[in-house]
Amino acid sequence: MLDKIILAILVSAIAFFSVYITTPFLIKGLEKRNLTVKDYNRVGGAMVPRPGGPSILVGILASEFTLYAFFPTAEILAILITTSLAFVVGLIDDRKVLGGWFKPVALAISAIPIILLGTYDPHLSFPLFGSVRIPELYIALVIFMIPVTGNTINSIDVLNGVASGFMTIASFALTISLFIVHNYDIALASLPLGFVSLAFYKYHKFPSRIFPGDSGALTLGAMYGVLAIVGHVEIIAAVALLPAVINSFLFLSSVKRIIEHRQIKSNPVTHTDDFRLMATTDKDAPVTLVRLILVGGPMTEKQVGLVIFRLAIFSAVLAIVTAFMMGVKI
Amino acid sequence: MKGTQIFLFVFVMWVLIIVGGGLLISIIAPLTINGHGKFDSILDSGVKALIAMILVVVWIFILSKIKNWIFHKQIKN
Repeated sequence: MLDKIILAILVSAIAFFSVYITTPFLIKGLEKRNLTVKDYNRVGGAMVPRPGGPSILVGILASEFTLYAFFPTAEILAILITTSLAFVVGLIDDRKVLGGWFKPVALAISAIPIILLGTYDPHLSFPLFGSVRIPELYIALVIFMIPVTGNTINSIDVLNGVASGFMTIASFALTISLFIVHNYDIALASLPLGFVSLAFYKYHKFPSRIFPGDSGALTLGAMYGVLAIVGHVEIIAAVALLPAVINSFLFLSSVKRIIEHRQIKSNPVTHTDDFRLMATTDKDAPVTLVRLILVGGPMTEKQVGLVIFRLAIFSAVLAIVTAFMMGVKI
Repeated sequence: MKGTQIFLFVFVMWVLIIVGGGLLISIIAPLTINGHGKFDSILDSGVKALIAMILVVVWIFILSKIKNWIFHKQIKN
């Protein structure tokens, strides 16, 4: 047990400091190559470097390879391969304008290593009621889950610090839940996700010095999805992600098709004279979580971010309660 | 607190997940289809998948109604 605690501290430290140290270099490199985008919610529209995905991937690879050196399991290999493939998908999308269907399809292909390595259990566990064996359907679920988690985190990456902060809360909830259901090995493998997100949040929080881009958001989302599958905590993981799921649900139910954010004609959020965020009155604009929060009145970007974090903490608590309920049968 | 209704929305989603899981395991999973020879397992899986998909549609319908209720209530306020 002591060796696992030491290893947990080691991989957490590697994950955190890899991102903490490499991100400033990445910021400088991106600025030098003029790879910046306008932050429309900032007074004057500051140019912010993008994407931060490479430093996020460095943190994940460094920590997971360290873990793999001590515990060479197929599950860690699946995490490494699928997360790296999702990063490549995101990086392509960061560099080229692609259709709305590219990401879901490419992310579905990224999930194939999980199936080939046999790192899934075709039982879907529900709290209070037990589990159900769905061998054929589960393969479809694996293929479906990575695009969903990847795009869900990507879709919430709309304000400074929200994607990384949200991911920090959700992934630590997932780690705690994995400990509660006694899946210690995957709990150990999930620690880097929380610490990578936390370190990146330092540079991503308001006012952002870097944006994660599709490569960063998809990497975080895909790794979260793989952890949920290999850790057999699919339902718990979905609960911890509920605010982001709501955002995707609101968006899709109002737009009624899969499209890229850049394809939206009407912005769901506008600005007041003092540059606070305000929900638009445009009926054609999509409904999003931020728009729903702003229906109560204009707020600063930081205030909206804090409401989202409170929702994330609420969902994290529900996820942990769900994990405890897994051990109870009625 | 701003966005209190959204917390309620999250909670309702959570309850729906648990209730949906319960329905899936207690009622749908034990169902068996017999009498069609080698097609039994395919029919069995197909019918269960169809029922699960109908449940998902119902789930989305309920959430849409709740979303509209929250949205209209907040606009009125």
